[in-house]
Amino acid sequence: MRLRLEARTETARWLVVATPLLAAALTLASGIVMFAALGYDPAKALTSFFIKPIENVYGLTELAVKATPLLLCALGLAVGFRGGVWNIGAEGQLTMGAVAAGGLALAFHGEEPGWLMPAMVLAGALGGAAWAAIPAFLRARFNTNEILTSLMLTYVAVQFLGYLVHGPWRNPQGFNFPQSRDFGEAAIIPLLMEGTRLHLGVILAGLAVFAAWLLLDRSHLGFQIRVSGSAPRAAAYAGYPVSRIVWAGFLAGGAMAGLAGMMEAAGPIGKLQPLISPGYGFAAIIVAFLGRLNAFGILLASLLVALLYLGGETAQIDLKVPPAVTGVFQGLLLFFLLGSDFLTRYRVKLVRRAAAS
Amino acid sequence: MKLRIATALAALAIAAAPLAAPAGAQELKIGFVYVSPIGSAGWTYQHELARQHLEKTFAGKVKTTYVESVPEGADAERVIRRLAQEGNKLVFTTSFGYMDPTIKVAQAFPNAIFEHATGYKTAKNAGNYIIRFEEGRYLAGIVAGKMSKSGKAGYVAAFPIPEVIRGINAFILGMRSVNPNATVSVVWVSSWYDPGKEREAAEALIAQGADVIMQHTDSTAPVQAAEAKGVYAIGYHSDMSKFGPKAHLVASTHNWTGYYQSVVEKVMKGQWKAEQYVGGIKEGMVVMAGWGPMVPDDVKKLVAEKEAAMKAGKLAPFQGPVKAQDGKEVVKAGAVMSAKDIANMSFYVQGVVGALPKK
Repeated sequence: MRLRLEARTETARWLVVATPLLAAALTLASGIVMFAALGYDPAKALTSFFIKPIENVYGLTELAVKATPLLLCALGLAVGFRGGVWNIGAEGQLTMGAVAAGGLALAFHGEEPGWLMPAMVLAGALGGAAWAAIPAFLRARFNTNEILTSLMLTYVAVQFLGYLVHGPWRNPQGFNFPQSRDFGEAAIIPLLMEGTRLHLGVILAGLAVFAAWLLLDRSHLGFQIRVSGSAPRAAAYAGYPVSRIVWAGFLAGGAMAGLAGMMEAAGPIGKLQPLISPGYGFAAIIVAFLGRLNAFGILLASLLVALLYLGGETAQIDLKVPPAVTGVFQGLLLFFLLGSDFLTRYRVKLVRRAAAS
Repeated sequence: MKLRIATALAALAIAAAPLAAPAGAQELKIGFVYVSPIGSAGWTYQHELARQHLEKTFAGKVKTTYVESVPEGADAERVIRRLAQEGNKLVFTTSFGYMDPTIKVAQAFPNAIFEHATGYKTAKNAGNYIIRFEEGRYLAGIVAGKMSKSGKAGYVAAFPIPEVIRGINAFILGMRSVNPNATVSVVWVSSWYDPGKEREAAEALIAQGADVIMQHTDSTAPVQAAEAKGVYAIGYHSDMSKFGPKAHLVASTHNWTGYYQSVVEKVMKGQWKAEQYVGGIKEGMVVMAGWGPMVPDDVKKLVAEKEAAMKAGKLAPFQGPVKAQDGKEVVKAGAVMSAKDIANMSFYVQGVVGALPKK
């Protein structure tokens, strides 16, 4: 007897609906067991994970602020992932977007021209795209493994930002601490709601969901990307140029990640400092797959992952749940969700071992 | 229209805030924000010891909460705000990167008190505090100078910012006070906590002839590397002797308990005022601890004398004459470097090998 995986030729509709529900139920069940085993009241723990962070308007705005960079990075990555282009370097592209936009903000510090904000948006996207262009070029021209090049360039980008804020861009009034000046008024994204951190970028991120949907599901390029990803040989027969898919994937991924970096620097942080992102570029890889590489799915996935982050904080504050337990719980949820997703596409069969084999 | 909705939502947000007000009125709720996991040694661990001390000293009168591993980016503000919202009337934020978020939240919660470690900004309800870390460095340097056979020390350092640079300088000044030919080499690891890199850096320094390893990073890896290679090490932040029983000469440890206790007492009496507090050997915030059995009594005695001199105000790490690497005299004999110059320090003194990373 052994287990065999078979690809489903067709996925039943009820299965598509049922599996996420099953995953949620399994997560809740294992969460209850885990929290109870560790001596926490499971009901309280789950409340503080999923309800407490968003029980008031301020919490909801924080959820949106936290989800925005994840959403932007994941949307961009989905373009590449659908076409089989493995950009692992969104974190670095995010950083370079923040550097490009932040450079502009610092250059016009004190002058505060009205065109600064749109220019910074553009600079953020271009900065991220330019950084992504390096692995894109290497892959398209020399067929270099883009997983390695894009990942390695992340570390270069983070060190480059570190160099800037320790050196030339350091705040001259900052007692030599590694931070830039605070951005001027014109370089800070306007707030949507006084007393919160909800900024205009959240709306831009919402628009990006539609743009990504149009590109991925309603455009000819999107079709080419999909075919290249799922059936590379068919794409080759159809004459779709591989390099075009590679460039599209990387430029979209880089631009979106750069935009996310710009929004963090010019949004809640308001300056450049050694740490802009606590790993959004990497978490976005999970978000992209959790959302099944679909624009609206990614929107939901980014909200869920953001909620898990916020929930981890409240669980720590309310119940002293250590961050490691939070990590395990988050891992469980992702495991069940991705696992159930797998079961919609494959079936597990028990087969009797044939005598000859 | 959009604006009106936004205003309405904002009003709701404000109305919702008091819902989270504390139920038990009498006890003082105190929040702590930590930058790294608590672990069993290091920067955050020392703050955690002080928190536990508060729970014991003020049992029944305080309720403390902490959040560990809070990144210094956009998340810090939300965590600090949530602590304030949960009714914590006193919040300690224990890493430099929390400075601006702390000030921002302090403005939104004028009835709560905030204390930020290692920064330079204050507000009406936000003070800050720091330790004269360099005093412990100077004393550690004396121990290193007495115990080193090669006269060469190795220094595993995080980032070339003034706090780290003045630690290196104070160390070599202390070392040279007992061995005028001593030198120290520095390896930068570009991280506050990276056991792998810290270990590699320590091993590289040992390979270059260093027989005492000093660190300005958070993990115990440099002490463990020294133990494995059979050379000496000096712990930092915490007593790290159990991580290198044969290597650990002593540690320059940081003790926040007294300061935290005094802040809590002042807050309870309603006497708290925002200030910029600096403490060192004299205030009991720097403590030489975890003496190894290999350190002879005369060395301990010498350190005790120097400690007493520091307490009496007769000795400071940056007391003239201090010469920069290029031989230029930066502090004249008989003078002491000003607090501002110490805060901004960005040069090496004589005895440090190699150049400071260029800006």
